[in-house]
Amino acid sequence: MPAVSKGDGMRGLAVFISDIRNCKSKEAEIKRINKELANIRSKFKGDKALDGYSKKKYVCKLLFIFLLGHDIDFGHMEAVNLLSSNKYTEKQIGYLFISVLVNSNSELIRLINNAIKNDLASRNPTFMCLALHCIANVGSREMAEAFAGEIPRILVAGDTMDSVKQSAALCLLRLYKTSPDLVVMGEWTSRVVHLLNDQHMGVVTAAISLITCLSQKNPDEFKTCVSLAVSRLSRIVSSASTDLQDYTYYFVPAPWLSCKLLRLLQCYPPPEDGAVKGRLVECLETILNKAQEPPKSKKVQHSNAKNAILFEAISLIIHYDSEPNLLVRACNQLGQFLQHRETNLRYLALESMCTLASSEFSHEAVKTHIETVINALKTERDVSVRQRAADLLYAMCDRSNAKQIVAEMLSYLETADYSIREEMVLKVAILAEKYAVDYSWYVDTILNLIRIAGDYVSEEVWYRVIQIVINRDDVQGYAAKTVFEALQAPACHENMVKVGGYILGEFGNLIAGDPRSSPLVQFNLLHSKFHLCSVPTRALLLSAYIKFINLFPETKPTIQEVLRSDSQIRNSDVELQQRAVEYLKLSSIASTDVLATVLEEMPPFPERESSILAKLKKKKGPGALPVSELEEGKREGGGELNGGADRGNDMSAAASNASTPSPSTDLLGLRSAAAIGSAGPSTGSLLVDVFSEAGPTALSSGVNDEGFLRDLEPPTESSDSLLIEAPGESDSEDSAPPLPESDELLNKFVCKNNGVLFENQLLQIGIKSEYRQNLGRMYLFYGNKTSVQFLNVQTKPVEPLVEGGAQVQQVINIECLTDFSEAPLLNIKFRYGGALQNITLKLPVTINKFFQPTEMASQDFFQRWKQLNLPQQEAQKIFKASHGMDIELLKTKLLGLGCALLENVDPNPENFVCAGVIQTKAQQVGCLLRLEPNAQAQMYRLTLRSSKDTVSKRLCELLAEQF
Amino acid sequence: MQFMLLFSRQGKLRLQKWYVPLSDKEKKKVTRELVQTVLARKPKMCSFLEWRDLKIIYKRYASLYFCCAIEDQDNELITLEIIHRYVELLDKYFGSQVCELDIIFNFEKAYFILDEFLLGGEAQETSKKNVLKAIEQADLLQEPRHEYFNVPVY
Repeated sequence: MPAVSKGDGMRGLAVFISDIRNCKSKEAEIKRINKELANIRSKFKGDKALDGYSKKKYVCKLLFIFLLGHDIDFGHMEAVNLLSSNKYTEKQIGYLFISVLVNSNSELIRLINNAIKNDLASRNPTFMCLALHCIANVGSREMAEAFAGEIPRILVAGDTMDSVKQSAALCLLRLYKTSPDLVVMGEWTSRVVHLLNDQHMGVVTAAISLITCLSQKNPDEFKTCVSLAVSRLSRIVSSASTDLQDYTYYFVPAPWLSCKLLRLLQCYPPPEDGAVKGRLVECLETILNKAQEPPKSKKVQHSNAKNAILFEAISLIIHYDSEPNLLVRACNQLGQFLQHRETNLRYLALESMCTLASSEFSHEAVKTHIETVINALKTERDVSVRQRAADLLYAMCDRSNAKQIVAEMLSYLETADYSIREEMVLKVAILAEKYAVDYSWYVDTILNLIRIAGDYVSEEVWYRVIQIVINRDDVQGYAAKTVFEALQAPACHENMVKVGGYILGEFGNLIAGDPRSSPLVQFNLLHSKFHLCSVPTRALLLSAYIKFINLFPETKPTIQEVLRSDSQIRNSDVELQQRAVEYLKLSSIASTDVLATVLEEMPPFPERESSILAKLKKKKGPGALPVSELEEGKREGGGELNGGADRGNDMSAAASNASTPSPSTDLLGLRSAAAIGSAGPSTGSLLVDVFSEAGPTALSSGVNDEGFLRDLEPPTESSDSLLIEAPGESDSEDSAPPLPESDELLNKFVCKNNGVLFENQLLQIGIKSEYRQNLGRMYLFYGNKTSVQFLNVQTKPVEPLVEGGAQVQQVINIECLTDFSEAPLLNIKFRYGGALQNITLKLPVTINKFFQPTEMASQDFFQRWKQLNLPQQEAQKIFKASHGMDIELLKTKLLGLGCALLENVDPNPENFVCAGVIQTKAQQVGCLLRLEPNAQAQMYRLTLRSSKDTVSKRLCELLAEQF
Repeated sequence: MQFMLLFSRQGKLRLQKWYVPLSDKEKKKVTRELVQTVLARKPKMCSFLEWRDLKIIYKRYASLYFCCAIEDQDNELITLEIIHRYVELLDKYFGSQVCELDIIFNFEKAYFILDEFLLGGEAQETSKKNVLKAIEQADLLQEPRHEYFNVPVY
């Protein structure tokens, strides 16, 4: 046993620990522990009053037992008694026990708080520190309530000892993280900021963590910290390595403080004051220069501390994203690290370069390292480093290198670690689609993806390849041929069978001319996979078979025989049996014409409409729909919620009082048949009010309609609504300002209705929306990407948690009252790991969503064009193409915009003209659009004319960002 | 920093410090998972890994692994040096090379030293001298208990 080095040892404790260590088995250990617990219990219960030392020893033993992983259900009271001992060690052990084993027993909390209060008031710095440490370690709400008011005073008081100040600052930080509402700096703000100037480096080191956290939440109140931080940093950076005495770490002056200063500056934009900015740029340059100097020590601690500062400086440079010179220097520095012999540095360089890749100033510089990064992906021995390399390749990918990067990622997938396959698959799928100029390349890539990593290919990926093939007739033949070849493999993944079944069912005719892929060969190939597949795939294959009967009448007898077999027509699975029965009947009684109509080729997937909506429209015809009236009535029921009226924003959401199932639900193509729950209590401050809807009820899934893909995303079980607050209203001081990227995110949705609106490390928000006339319905899917619960989601009605990995859906009904320019704001708040997350986004509702396409002939178009000749009715922009000038892509985008794309109208066939009517409740606004591409100059001229100037202007702004 | 764990090569937890509120059950789960993950890694691998939505920074000193979980925007290298500084503090306090046994038998001291160095997951005092001064002052406040000195030591 090692001699207890200092202070007073507790022999009994040491003996006990030795005994435990000598136990040969788990059972022996438990036996020894139970013996000790019984002993302690009897001592605590005994008649004889224990002296402080014994109490301390027993409490310490209990603590040891607890830390071994056993439950402790007594001894708390004795620990609390120790808190009020005037012997330091007894107090110390008491506090340690409480810190580790805090119990939310209210009686006890009161006693603990009492003891803490006494120690805080004792003016004995060691006692004060102990009490502050305990508060910081426990950090409970009860403690925040009791002490959040007192600690700021201790922190800034002139007579407080430095060590107490340090503890007070970090104690406050912990309380702020748990209960931000209780920690109010108010009048102390400026004195807290000035702690950055404190003479004692330790005080600055502790205080800056608090200031950084507070600045993130209240940047304006703390903005004076920027210049103080810059001058402090400048003094450290320019000091000689010995100036700071004990704060110099392996020849690096104050590395922790430097990193924290650089981190604080990342809460703010670049300083506006020229002198401050100049000084800061100088610091950053000095840090970059130092990286090139020979090391002052060979110790890894020296280089780690130095590089910690360097990486933090690079983060700041990236955060500012405004100094091209520094960005390129940072990139070059990281480039050197990419080949460094220290794995840690290679890892960090890859990670840091990822963010550099997204800056326009350094994107090209990052790209020059592509070979090194590919090499890292292939040769790094550590999977975490390879993952960083894959991330970086993804980040540096653009049209110029997409083929190379996708190829490398695909070949890496063959041997990739299981842990990162799924992510890699998604990345490849996204890049392949994003940069597909040549769609046969896209098809090849996705099929390869399924072949190599089929298990990791999610449904969205294979849905997407089918949507693209359906929408682009130039690739259909190629897709059929390729998928046919892929299916030849003896073992192919079920996802491949799905894609194969779907594509051959639609386009098998395009390759049927070749005897090697004649109709029967195709059918036999598909059917050879049938028995190995799951029920949903078999169902899909059955639909492919009936499509075959239509495409190739000669396969009818063979297929009918298959359908007629007992294994189909009497299948125990209801869905399969029903399909078999119905398809068999359909193929026997329907005439060729009827069959051809029913089994017509899938129409292109419009980006802006769900297939269900389209189907509904076909059924109802474009006649008058009583939707507006219904919505009107409901709005009265739910209360007028237009909180934005005073901002001149007339976008309002009508809260549907869904307590009665309304026909409008169906008109909008919703799948939830009956909605229950009533409109939440509305307050004037809500711009968009949301309510709960019931989960989906049983749906009659049309068996033989063509909508193979109609059930892409069944709605989740419940749609707990999150509180969405209006900007500029009473609650808004809590709401974060919209994220800087919110405009960019909004722009992504101008020409499409579905997709991922927002994603960070915690949360993903997906959007699906549908519009008709001046009404819309938007589904927001909140996905919790972490594995723990989000707490305190403000919901209405309350269901205040989102399970780890789970998704919650929210439905918003939208009515466009009149035209608008500003998108409604969506404010999301939830608690994660104690910290309140506050995100404000722009809801992707733009005026063009309310377009009704208008078809018209050439002469009508020009006649109307001439009528709209007032200067304010026209808006025009000339801009550079930012996404290439692929004609098909342009068409897809214009269609996605929602107006009609008119053929043969413009005398110049290169130009595009569109027409549509924006439907608002107040009025209808006719709009005409003309887009003139100039391929040579890579420029566009975009002209909008409409009967309302604000509409022309807004549409023009929106669209100019799209091409 | 969200938490710090010290565990042995055999996977025995020697010290745990949590700076975020977690239930005991969750703490045990996290510990089990991380100990397994870290012990499975080979020497020479990099000291950082992603785990859930956190970054894990770890380093091995003799038979002990020191392992910290930090958030996305936190600095990996400086955390590595936090670990090193803590090891230096333990070294200095226990005299020469600190070993696993020192921490087992004096676990309470290991916690006290950590509290002086890190509080609420942030560096409170990075000067070695100042931290040790605080601990030594506390030791001076302790009164020797003569009556126990006669208890036989084995």
